[in-house]
Amino acid sequence: MSLGRILALARKETIQIWRDPRSLAVVLLMPMMLMALLGYGIGLDQTNVPLCVYDREGSQLSQDLLKSFVSNRYFSLKLDAGNYPELIDAIDGGQCTVGVVIPLYFSKLLGAGQPATVQAIIDATDNNTANLIIGYTQAVVARFSAGVQLDYQQRNGPLLGAPALSVDARTWFNEDLESRNFIVPGVVALVMAVIGTFLTSLTIAREWERGTMEQLVSTPVTPLEIIAGKLIPYFVIGMADALSCAAISVWWFEVPLRGSYLLLFAASSIFLAGVLLLGFLISAYAKTQLAASQFALLTTFLPAFLLSGFAFPIDQMPMAVRMVTRIFPARYYVTALKGIFLKGAGIRPLATDMMAMAIFAIVVGAAAACCFRKRLD
Amino acid sequence: MAAGVFAPGPDSISVIVEDLVKRFGAFTAVDHLTFEARRGEVFGFLGPNGSGKSTTIRILCGLLRPTSGRARVAGYDVAREPEAVRQHIGYMSQKFSLYNDLTVMENLRFYGGLYSVTGALLRERIAWALQMAGLEGREHRRTAVLPGGWKQRLALGCALLHRPPIVFLDEPTSGVDPLSRRRFWELIQQMAAEGVTVFVSTHYMDEAEYCNRLALLMRGRMIALGAPSELKLDAVQGDLMLLEADSLQRAIDIVRLLPQIRDTAVFGNGLHLVVARAAEAENAIRQAMAAAGVGIVRLQVIRPSLEDAFVALTTRASESEAEARP
Repeated sequence: MSLGRILALARKETIQIWRDPRSLAVVLLMPMMLMALLGYGIGLDQTNVPLCVYDREGSQLSQDLLKSFVSNRYFSLKLDAGNYPELIDAIDGGQCTVGVVIPLYFSKLLGAGQPATVQAIIDATDNNTANLIIGYTQAVVARFSAGVQLDYQQRNGPLLGAPALSVDARTWFNEDLESRNFIVPGVVALVMAVIGTFLTSLTIAREWERGTMEQLVSTPVTPLEIIAGKLIPYFVIGMADALSCAAISVWWFEVPLRGSYLLLFAASSIFLAGVLLLGFLISAYAKTQLAASQFALLTTFLPAFLLSGFAFPIDQMPMAVRMVTRIFPARYYVTALKGIFLKGAGIRPLATDMMAMAIFAIVVGAAAACCFRKRLD
Repeated sequence: MAAGVFAPGPDSISVIVEDLVKRFGAFTAVDHLTFEARRGEVFGFLGPNGSGKSTTIRILCGLLRPTSGRARVAGYDVAREPEAVRQHIGYMSQKFSLYNDLTVMENLRFYGGLYSVTGALLRERIAWALQMAGLEGREHRRTAVLPGGWKQRLALGCALLHRPPIVFLDEPTSGVDPLSRRRFWELIQQMAAEGVTVFVSTHYMDEAEYCNRLALLMRGRMIALGAPSELKLDAVQGDLMLLEADSLQRAIDIVRLLPQIRDTAVFGNGLHLVVARAAEAENAIRQAMAAAGVGIVRLQVIRPSLEDAFVALTTRASESEAEARP
């Protein structure tokens, strides 16, 4: 290994990135774009769900219930239907996602200490959203019904069969149950996977395509020196992007960063090394930039998005898919990021994840070094 | 660093090629080549496109693995010790292969780094390369905007930064203007005078004349090897005559029938005729042309050019190939 040759390659690569508008755009704009897009776009919390009500009774009590629906940020009243078909139309037509129907004799039943049932019709086209809305609806009704019970007991004495037990849930690590706190650290992984593999996958393919590789391989430079020299600038860029994404997460999205910066840096370095080497490996195989970039997106962006536990929980995946997630380092990095950001985890609980990423980097690096031949045939 | 297998000296052999074969699938690109090149020699590969010139050069640079046979460059086996070979060679590929998005200076520094030329030596070599390429004052131009001739000389400068004893230039002057070509060849002669072995491939006949020795390649086979003067003498067995007539086409039809004429080839607006003895042939031609009523503008004995030799040799090789086939 000659340090001089590695540095010569690193300097050349840096100049080329700096002069290539496409690379610069990917380096500078993509992290911000992904951060903005996913930070705002994939809020899994639903607010202002369009609500349609049909109050068949029209009593003070029924109006109170409806008021408690619209008095929070989760629902917003779109339509006060005069009859049942009108409500159905609103849901069929998509103006409203949820319809609440209050039955006749609602206040009379409650006033007599009898249970009354409120109907909620939910557009479950998107089952995730539907589940959330059911939860919100039940919460609103439960709270209202607790108030009604209390009121009844104050007036009429203890009620038979009243709930004696209730759950006092305490949510840890994401106390406000903000899905953004859970998404944003994952975006860091996504950005690094894309920057790392996508950019490096182009670097060798570009040299083959432009014919500059022929001159390069006629010099005494060794494959390991080419790998090291070409990856150094991308490593620096990747780390800078990772840190700026982390900074945006903390300062802009107000995601808590409870763990150590050093651990975040270490985990990011190992993950980045792995994805950079993967990009290099792809590049050594694919001799055109187009093929290389497509393969890079397929092997990094998609796994980082779908199989990392970033958007979809791994525990709920089928067994076979869960096994597949173990191959991709994004899974371990997302786990580590969530641990560091939200749990303030130290090195110990993250050791296996770090180890898995390191093994990936070593295996892929060895493959890249073996595959990259300084030959034209 | 280990010395080569032979002692260095003015007459030492710098490249040895033995029975070299390269196949790509069913296609034989290089077909049993054997030759040697001495130190300080300008060795040319002459042949049409697809004759195996580039493939041979790439094998000698360690860029392609030979299918069979052996080649030693600067004492190192190209198949087994390609890295050692690369320490001792400069290579310039057929297609311009420097970085267009880098400046002249950045390209030179980059290759200086790769060849481990540093410090004062690098500054001196860069100054030499800039002066040689005529690029002084243009150090900070992007390579992309340079005219073809300058690009080629810059590529040569990059390939020579580490003062390699053996240089391979694959069609270095294709697409370069005549003035730049001449200048390029002056550089090659100068290098050879300093003891550098230069391999050049070309399909320009006039360039081939500058080589000390030439290997004529056709479909991967070497059909002749020698100094240009030797090739000319060997190739044309007998005398060469130039015939210019009122009607070129009718003249061709007439002389082809004459038993004294061995071979006919069109050169410009005249005919080159290969004959056994000039005096005998001249009489026969004059009589036949007069009989047919075609006027002779010029008929004289000429010295064969390299192109004549090339035509004669390739024709002969094609004929013997055709005979060899059932």
